[in-house]
Amino acid sequence: MSSRDDVLELLRENARYTVEDIARQIDADANEVEGIIADLEAEGVVKGYRAVVDWDETEEERVRAAVELNVTLDRETSYNDVAERIAKFPKVESLHLVSGDYDFMMEVEGDSMREVSHFISEKVAPVPEITQTVTHYMMDSYKESGIFFGDGDDDDRLSVSP
Amino acid sequence: MTFDVSDRVDAVPPSGIRRFFELAEEQDDIISLGVGEPDFSAPWAARDAAIASLEQGKTSYTANRGRRELREQIADHVDRRYDLQYDPDEEILVTAGASEGIDLAYRALVDPGDTVAVQQPCYVSYVPGVIFAGGDVLPVRTHVEDEFKLTYEGLQESGAADAEVLVLCYPNNPTGATMTGDELEEVAEFAREHDLVVFSDEIYADLTYEHDHTSIATLPGMRERTVVFNGFSKAYAMTGLRLGYVLAPPEATTAMNRIHQYTMLSAPTTAQYAAIEALESCDDAVAEMKTQYDRRRQFVLSRFSEMGIDCFPAGGAFYAFPECPWDDADAFAEQLIEEQSVAVVPGSAFGEGGEGHLRVSYATGLDELKEAMARIEQFVK
Repeated sequence: MSSRDDVLELLRENARYTVEDIARQIDADANEVEGIIADLEAEGVVKGYRAVVDWDETEEERVRAAVELNVTLDRETSYNDVAERIAKFPKVESLHLVSGDYDFMMEVEGDSMREVSHFISEKVAPVPEITQTVTHYMMDSYKESGIFFGDGDDDDRLSVSP
Repeated sequence: MTFDVSDRVDAVPPSGIRRFFELAEEQDDIISLGVGEPDFSAPWAARDAAIASLEQGKTSYTANRGRRELREQIADHVDRRYDLQYDPDEEILVTAGASEGIDLAYRALVDPGDTVAVQQPCYVSYVPGVIFAGGDVLPVRTHVEDEFKLTYEGLQESGAADAEVLVLCYPNNPTGATMTGDELEEVAEFAREHDLVVFSDEIYADLTYEHDHTSIATLPGMRERTVVFNGFSKAYAMTGLRLGYVLAPPEATTAMNRIHQYTMLSAPTTAQYAAIEALESCDDAVAEMKTQYDRRRQFVLSRFSEMGIDCFPAGGAFYAFPECPWDDADAFAEQLIEEQSVAVVPGSAFGEGGEGHLRVSYATGLDELKEAMARIEQFVK
């Protein structure tokens, strides 16, 4: 594995590792790591960094929905065109072209069910290429971005053992 | 009446680790780098297979030597991984942890009055096991100058030429030392010259970071005189499931099985089902844990070097073995627990040659490891 792969893997594990801690873990120089991260960002490999939040642990009410989208295309319109049009809405958290019974898988986030429903019916459904939407409201979350929600396991090992 | 404890047991002092366990238990916010087992759980596929076996009512004894399917898989695994060829019917014995295997080997192959040369520092059970079997212990010290590897001269000087058995463990607990095939050849040469039987504890074989593991049994003329111990505790994070195995020529495993069939009957059945699945499908999980250990290892070695604490570059298991900044490592470890709530184990708990060193286990998540190293840095300032 190259240092570049190592750095990418460690950032995916925890984007808040300091440059020094990444360097220590892969026996590299902190300046070298700094350079690799700058390259990864400049080349568009690393698009950004965000916290993984369990909204159930906050006072705030968050509503998320997974929405299936079906589209019909014509000679002038491609999947990319439709995707760009939809992805520009800030409420859209993620958008993927998928195989199977529908074309796009979209995740939407809002403050209330009404807001999310309104967004889908007023902004998404009217897009001419979109022929059908199926909305699944998320009821509970167990794992996201590889991170388990819930209390986690206690370390029940003996504190000192041979 | 009072019980009259046997002389064998009286001859063995309680484990030196116990005291540090008790000290550590008294602290609330302890971060322990004193743990000799993985912080990971067994891979989910292995746990799932154990659960499924229970659902299917697989709760009876197995064959004394272990389920045949498991022995076949072990044979494939050690062949693929370590170029070791053993017959599943006659040369493999599945035990309740590698520890049971070591005890069986002593009892089956050591007579009262036999001399057993034991590499030091070493895992805490090797010396008591010899005493329980009635043998005489001959310590063979390894030194930090040799990165805790056994050498031909070291064996010679310690008088191991007159021993019947030599016990060694690489990758090593507590030092994290490893030995390459070339380095082991010196030991093999000595064993062949002096007709020693070798007990080779290879429980950490999958956890080497600088070079691939070589089993001493693969060296010329060694297979017929070597008993290899391995198991699922470390690489597969299955310590509590208690499952190990012994690889040795038929006469040795048959003798060991004679004791095993009367005392243990068979290794835990549920664990055997977990182990079959572990060998079948958990290579990736093992590789992932190994990557994590290696990163922590580099982290810990970097931090010690930044603190100016000498630590040889341990290349295996999940231990670093730095030199203690104080002359008295026991006092250092005690005070480190009391003042900074960080537990490490002084090297003296692992026999001769461990004095003046600390065993620092990096089988702990990076966040805790970071905090612990920061506290150690604070402490030595």
